[in-house]
Amino acid sequence: MKSLGSIRRAFAPWNDPNAKPYIQFENVTKKFGDFTAVNNLSLTIFEREFFALLGASGCGKSTLLRMLAGFEEPTAGRIMLDGQDLRGIPPYRRPVNMMFQSYALFPHMSVEKNIAFGLKQEGMPSADIQKRVAEMLRLVKLEQFAKRKPHQLSGGQRQRVALARSVAKRPKVLLLDEPLGALDKKLREETQFELMDLQQELGLTFVVVTHDQEEAMTMADRIAIMDKGEVMQVATPAEIYEAPTSRFVAHFVGNVNMFEGKVADRTAGTARITGASGAQIVVDNGDAKPGSDIVFAIRPEKIKVSSKKPAEGVNALEGEVYDIAYLGDMTVYHVKLDDGQIVRASALNAARISEDPLTWNDRAWVSFRPDAGVVLTR
Amino acid sequence: MNATWSRFNITSVVLGFAFLYLPIVLLVIFSFNESKLVTVWGGFSTKWYVSLFQNQGLMDAAWVTIRVGLISATVATVLGTMAALTLTRYTRFRGRLLFSGMVFAPLVMPEVITGLSLLLLFVAVGLDRGFLTVTLAHITFTMCFVAVVVQSRLVSFDRSLEEAAMDLGAPPVKTFFQITLPVIMPAIVSGWMLAFTLSLDDLVIASFTSGPGATTLPMKIYSQVRLGVTPEINAACTILIAVVAIGVVIASIANKRREVQRLRDEQAAQRG
Ligand SMILES: Nc1ncnc2c1ncn2[C@@H]1O[C@H](COP(=O)(O)OP(=O)(O)O)[C@@H](O)[C@H]1O
Ligand SMILES: [Mg+2]
Repeated sequence: MKSLGSIRRAFAPWNDPNAKPYIQFENVTKKFGDFTAVNNLSLTIFEREFFALLGASGCGKSTLLRMLAGFEEPTAGRIMLDGQDLRGIPPYRRPVNMMFQSYALFPHMSVEKNIAFGLKQEGMPSADIQKRVAEMLRLVKLEQFAKRKPHQLSGGQRQRVALARSVAKRPKVLLLDEPLGALDKKLREETQFELMDLQQELGLTFVVVTHDQEEAMTMADRIAIMDKGEVMQVATPAEIYEAPTSRFVAHFVGNVNMFEGKVADRTAGTARITGASGAQIVVDNGDAKPGSDIVFAIRPEKIKVSSKKPAEGVNALEGEVYDIAYLGDMTVYHVKLDDGQIVRASALNAARISEDPLTWNDRAWVSFRPDAGVVLTR
Repeated sequence: MNATWSRFNITSVVLGFAFLYLPIVLLVIFSFNESKLVTVWGGFSTKWYVSLFQNQGLMDAAWVTIRVGLISATVATVLGTMAALTLTRYTRFRGRLLFSGMVFAPLVMPEVITGLSLLLLFVAVGLDRGFLTVTLAHITFTMCFVAVVVQSRLVSFDRSLEEAAMDLGAPPVKTFFQITLPVIMPAIVSGWMLAFTLSLDDLVIASFTSGPGATTLPMKIYSQVRLGVTPEINAACTILIAVVAIGVVIASIANKRREVQRLRDEQAAQRG
C-alpha cells in the first residue's frame, strides 16, 4: 500500500515512532451503572492534531470528550495529557476547554462578558482581558455584537461566540462536541473551513466529535471510528476510505460493495476467491489462506460498467442493469449480477454524451482490478 | 367557531364577573361612605381613611404584618431555594422520596393542622408566643411554596451552563454565585413574592401561633369585624386590595415588556 497520508499535508506525527504522544487514553472504560459507554479504549492524539471522533449517536463520543474535560472520571484506565495523569484533576484545573453541543452560553451575560469569563477566572489583568476579548471578537467576526445578549443572536452567531469563548484562554486542547450540529448545511460547510483555519492559526490541538462523516473527512488529520464504546479504526480520512480494516468501517464511511467467498488458490500476491454461486474473482492479497472465508470490499467508483466484456487481466462479472441514478456530476448504476447480488458502480460524467450508453434491463459487465479494493477478515 | 357574542355568552360573563367582583366593589364603595352605617349610603367622604391612619391598633398590626412578611419571606426563600437545589441535584441520596414528600406536604395540609401542630411545638419547647413564633410559623408554611416555584425552574435549567463555567476555570462555589443564581433569580424573586403575599394574608396560622403584641393585620381586622364592620375596616381592606392590585399589574407589565423585548431581539437577530 502506497502512503495515502501524503495526499494531505506533510503533518503526520503518527507515522513517526519518535513523536511524543500528547493525549493518551490507556485502556479507558466508563460504566454508567451496568451500561458500558466506553469499553477498554486506547487512543493516542498528537500535539496540533485535528482529531475527529466519528460514530453513530450513542456510541460514547461525548462521554470520551467529557472524561477528557473532567466531567466524568473513567471507571478504569487512565488519561494522560502532555505526560500528566489527569485522574482526580477537576474540570476547572485542566488545561483543556470545551465547546458544548448546546453552546451553553451564559444567558445573563453579553457576548463580551461570555468571552471574558474564563480569562477573569484565571485572574488576568482587565486591560489584557479587554485586548484578548477584542482579538477574539475579531477572529470570529462579531465585533459589532459585543454588547448583545445570547438570545439576541442567530444560531450561527451563537456558535461563533461559543467558539470564541472556548479558545479565549488558549487551552492546550480544544474539545468540540458536535460544533456544527445545529447549523444548516450551507453554513456548516463554510464553518468547517473556518474551524480548520482557526486551528492552524492558533496552533491548538483540536478533538472534535461528530456523527457526520463528510464533516470529519473534510476537517480532520485523523479520524477515530467508534462503535458501541470501542474504537474500530484510527487513520487519516484517505486511509479510512481506501483501506478500511473492518466491514463496520467500510460500511460506515461511504458506499461499498462486498464480495464474499472462499479462497480457492493463490499465486504470487493474489488470491482467487470463489463466491457462493461459483463466480470467481482474483484479488490482491498476500496472506489469505486457501479455504478461508474472506470478504472483498470495493468502492463503487472503482467498478466499471460496460456493455461489452472487458479485456483480460481484470475481474469481470455479468449481469443486468437494474437501476440508474443520474446525479449530474456522476451516474450511479445498480447492476444485478446473475447470482442475484446487486453491485453499485458509479461513473464520472466526464463527457456530455456517453460513448457506451446503458439503460434499464440491458445486459452489462462490471469489472474491477484485483487491487481496487481491500480484503477484510473482520 | 362563532365569533359573535351570543346573549348566553354575555350573560354568563356578566354573571361570572359580578359574582367575583361585586363584593369587592361594594367594599370599596362603602369605604368612601360618609355614614357610619355600613350598608346605608350617606354621601362621599374620605374621613375613614383619615381615622384609619389615626387608629393606632390597626397601624401597629399593619407594621407587624409587614415585618413578619419581610423576614419570613426572605428566610423561607433561602431555605426553599436550598431545598429545591437539593431535590433536583442530588437525586440519589437515601430517603429522597421521603424528604421531597415532607417538603411538599404543607402545600396540601389544612392550615388548621399546621397551625395547631406549630402551636403544640412552641408550647412544648417553651417558646413564648409572639413575633418570633408567628415569623417561624410563616417561614415553615411558605418555604414549601418557594421550593416548588424554584424547583420547577431548576428542572429546566441547562446543567451544561455550570459545566461550561467550571470548564472555563470557575470552582463550584463561584459557578453557583456567578451562573446558577443569576439564571434562576427570576424564579427566586417570584418565590419570594409568593411567600410574602401568603404571609401577608394568613389568618389561621397566625391566630394559632401569634401572641400578645404581635397581632397581624388580618387578625386585627377579623377581631374588629366580630364586633361589627366599620367603614374604617373597609378603608383598610381597600388599601390592601390596591397594594396587591398594583403589585400584580406591575409584575405583569414587566413580564409583558420582557416578552416583547425578547421577541424584538430575536427578530433583529434573524435579520442580521
Ligand atoms: N450520565 C449518564 N448516565 C447514564 N448513561 C449515560 C450518561 N451519559 C451517557 N450515557 C449513555 O452512554 C451512551 C453514550 O453516550 P454519549 O457519549 O453521549 O454518546 P454520543 O455522544 O456518541 O452520542 C449513551 O447510550 C448514553 O445513554
Ligand atoms: Mg454526543
